[in-house]
Amino acid sequence: MLRDITIGQYYPVRSPIHGLDPRTKLAGTFIFLISLFVTKSLIGYLIATFALIFLIRISRVPARYITKGLKPVLIILVISVSFNIFLTPGRLLFAIGPLKVTAEGLKTAGFMAIRLIYLVIGSSLMTLTTTPTQLTDALERSLGFLNKVHVPVHEIAMMMAIALRFIPILIEETDKIMKAQMARGADFESGNLIRRAKALVPILVPLFVSAFRRAADLANAMEARCYHGGGGRTKMRPLKYGTSDKRAYAVMLVYFVIMILTGFLKI
Amino acid sequence: MSIRAEHLTHLYSPGTAFESYALKDISFEIADGSFVAVIGHTGSGKSTLIQHLNGLYRPTSGTVYYNGEDIFAEGYDLKALRTKIGLVFQYPEYQLFEEDVITDVMFGPKNMGLSDDEARARAKKALMQVGIGESLYKRSPFDLSGGQKRRVAIAGVLAMDPEVLILDEPTAGLDPRGREETLAMLEELHSERKITVILVSHSMDDVAECADMLMVLKDAELKFFDRPKEVFRHVEELESYGLAVPEITYLAHDLIKAGLDIDPTVSTVSEAKAELLKLLKW
Repeated sequence: MLRDITIGQYYPVRSPIHGLDPRTKLAGTFIFLISLFVTKSLIGYLIATFALIFLIRISRVPARYITKGLKPVLIILVISVSFNIFLTPGRLLFAIGPLKVTAEGLKTAGFMAIRLIYLVIGSSLMTLTTTPTQLTDALERSLGFLNKVHVPVHEIAMMMAIALRFIPILIEETDKIMKAQMARGADFESGNLIRRAKALVPILVPLFVSAFRRAADLANAMEARCYHGGGGRTKMRPLKYGTSDKRAYAVMLVYFVIMILTGFLKI
Repeated sequence: MSIRAEHLTHLYSPGTAFESYALKDISFEIADGSFVAVIGHTGSGKSTLIQHLNGLYRPTSGTVYYNGEDIFAEGYDLKALRTKIGLVFQYPEYQLFEEDVITDVMFGPKNMGLSDDEARARAKKALMQVGIGESLYKRSPFDLSGGQKRRVAIAGVLAMDPEVLILDEPTAGLDPRGREETLAMLEELHSERKITVILVSHSMDDVAECADMLMVLKDAELKFFDRPKEVFRHVEELESYGLAVPEITYLAHDLIKAGLDIDPTVSTVSEAKAELLKLLKW
């Protein structure tokens, strides 16, 4: 059931991507995301596609596992694509009733869909190959300069790590509560909208109660171990760039320059 | 009339790095009115197994028959089945959600389509059976003590008047007195209501006293399904599964080693007492 949700989950295999420094992956993800927006040409998207396929292949994460993570985004995708198709002014192709389909609309909708899908795949590739702890470390180090302007970088990174860590726990908890209520004859699948919304109460109330309980427990446990924020803390495994990271940065740079250049192409 | 599992196999996350067997080719038959204990180490598949019995999980292969009918067959009414096979989850107090105790217990019966009055009558009967007094009916379930919450949650399943009652570690996290009270309550339900009870546990001492059949799971496989006394003969195997025989059985074995002639399958304190008295020729 809910076990199928893969957002933010780590996929434990060994691969060249898993082995990279998390900062490299963070930078790579940003470069990839920006590159999707600087290019407007077909060739640019083709290059991005090849890059993505290449990355997925060497990450050893099954492609099916990644595409499964796309399911929740599907609704947003359908809505934004149909808005683009029907509401973009331009050369009229055909019309279904009041809905006008234009050539420009189709084009923007297509690009939009590709961008959205690649955005999700690109960023989930990062979370699939990086543990939440590594990811937080990377964020904390990369954004460390913001400390100078009194942004609590460590605290924000910590909150993010905890949030990521809690996703699978809360999913499991929801699954358990749902099943417990189903065992008591609850029905989540039939009835009209109001009945279905009402059927959620027996899930949401226990879920909130347990989320607060877990949060309080965690806060107590952190305090019992004298957690006091980031100041003066050292790391057991400090982040260090290796040769493969340097190579990865070189590849990223080449990729990014090419993508910018394709932005000037007319195709 | 029975629950019969045939070659039940369940595979988690097939085709990914998380793939693992939760159940491997498990077959058994539980007769009506029996008291079965399912025992096994953490992660041995106990909880997964019982969730197949009321159709919350679908097996990868194999099936379950209830009273001769395949519960995973097309068109089988699983919702009706779940009212006949009551399942109390581990830490059931976390499923409470209503404003007061009585309304929460009425949730199950109301889902069965009973009227308010009928549901209330059933809830009252169930609450009485678990030892929750009328003074608590209007209290918020979140204000009760841990043991009380758990009993209210068990009443929530009992109120549906199931033919089979399955409980997943009902004594987990309770103090010794709460543990004893819960087990005594189950024995009473079993003998009074004549319902089948399936109890999941990892404490041999808990189950030796009340169960008449014992199911031992290890790494998704069914290792033993026999009367407790027969199972307790296999001390070394049980220990290699990370399980133990009841404390009193260990004591009996030590006494035999010391030269006393008593039955090695002793598994409860009262049996041990009888054996020792026999030895003393009382």
